[in-house]
Amino acid sequence: MKIAVLSGKGGTGKTFVSANLSRVIDNSTYLDCDVEEPNGHLFLKGPVLETNPVALPIPVIDDQLCDGCKKCVDFCQFNALAYTGKRVLVFDKICHSCGGCEIICPQNAIKEIPREIGRIEKRSYEDTTLYTGMLNTGEESGTAIIDELLQKVSEEDTVVIDCPPGSSCVVMDSIKDADYCVLVAEPSIFGAHNLKMVHELVSLFKKPMGIVLNKTLGDENPSEDYCREKGLNILLRIPWSDELGRYNAEGMIAVEQKDEYRDMFRDLLNGIIEEVSI
Amino acid sequence: MIIGIPADIEDMNGPVGGSFGRSPYYFIYDQEKKTGYFVQNTAATAQGGAGVKAAQILVDQKAEVVISPQLGENAAMVLRDAKIELYKSEDGSLMDNVLLFKDGKLGQLNDIHEGFHRH
Repeated sequence: MKIAVLSGKGGTGKTFVSANLSRVIDNSTYLDCDVEEPNGHLFLKGPVLETNPVALPIPVIDDQLCDGCKKCVDFCQFNALAYTGKRVLVFDKICHSCGGCEIICPQNAIKEIPREIGRIEKRSYEDTTLYTGMLNTGEESGTAIIDELLQKVSEEDTVVIDCPPGSSCVVMDSIKDADYCVLVAEPSIFGAHNLKMVHELVSLFKKPMGIVLNKTLGDENPSEDYCREKGLNILLRIPWSDELGRYNAEGMIAVEQKDEYRDMFRDLLNGIIEEVSI
Repeated sequence: MIIGIPADIEDMNGPVGGSFGRSPYYFIYDQEKKTGYFVQNTAATAQGGAGVKAAQILVDQKAEVVISPQLGENAAMVLRDAKIELYKSEDGSLMDNVLLFKDGKLGQLNDIHEGFHRH
């Protein structure tokens, strides 16, 4: 079973929910797909056991063989190539690694070579295995790293996927294999707006989903109003708490600190399992 | 010299386009023949890489000079590699800028921005 944890904005508590959820599952796997700023390893602490680079194939042009026909430039749908009269320039960060230019070149002047865009680190914490995707600074898209992260798990594993914030390509990539999506939302108008964005995204993917209302204050909650309006299943309400804030700030896992939190996240897990098995 | 300038409308008395890669036209002016014409900027609506594609259009038009209010780094890389000289446009029409260039009154374009590309 794969459970994706996502939210429309950063700071709602995706990693908090992911880390605690992974620690009430036996032999869980945690995929940190928030590749621009992964932080699951600040909670699931452990030495790096393995590091695998992630690379994308990028065209390299042999200027001696190139006769300036410009077929590659015209072919490239992403405008990653330009012919300046003497040679073809390649814009690595615009290239989508489709390989089309290599195929279309009549002179066989184009070869693809791997260019590293980031890495995956493997850690082990108690009985949880953590894979962290890390995108190099300045790179534009981490989808290739997320695709490789998703290859790390098998059908039998129980997996928690800590998604990037928002509803862009990297989020879509992170939830595509998920059996269930947990949407974390804050009690504010902004929070409700961001919840709506991810709710619409997950609906497009036709994934079953439930909501965790985080940092609830006991009074009005626009995110809860949105759930009621759309008939969304609220799995858990986590009240605003200085104690939880402190645990988070110190990189501590709440379910390991107090039984009440362990019970809270066990209930969340049972709620998810019940929903998935329907 | 063949001069290329981004343009918002197909009128040589019209203003210089505000963006290099995303302006809908380029005004191409041949100083020797004293004639100008417009080409469509097919990169204007590109999802990504507009600067690269737009610069390619000017290379293909055999421009030797580009006059623009600003320029992205990718477009600048292509234009510079093609040995195209870059000048900063001044207030006034496309033709005003052609004349300012002729009189040596345009400064070099040095403020190259990092582009507006988002994924």
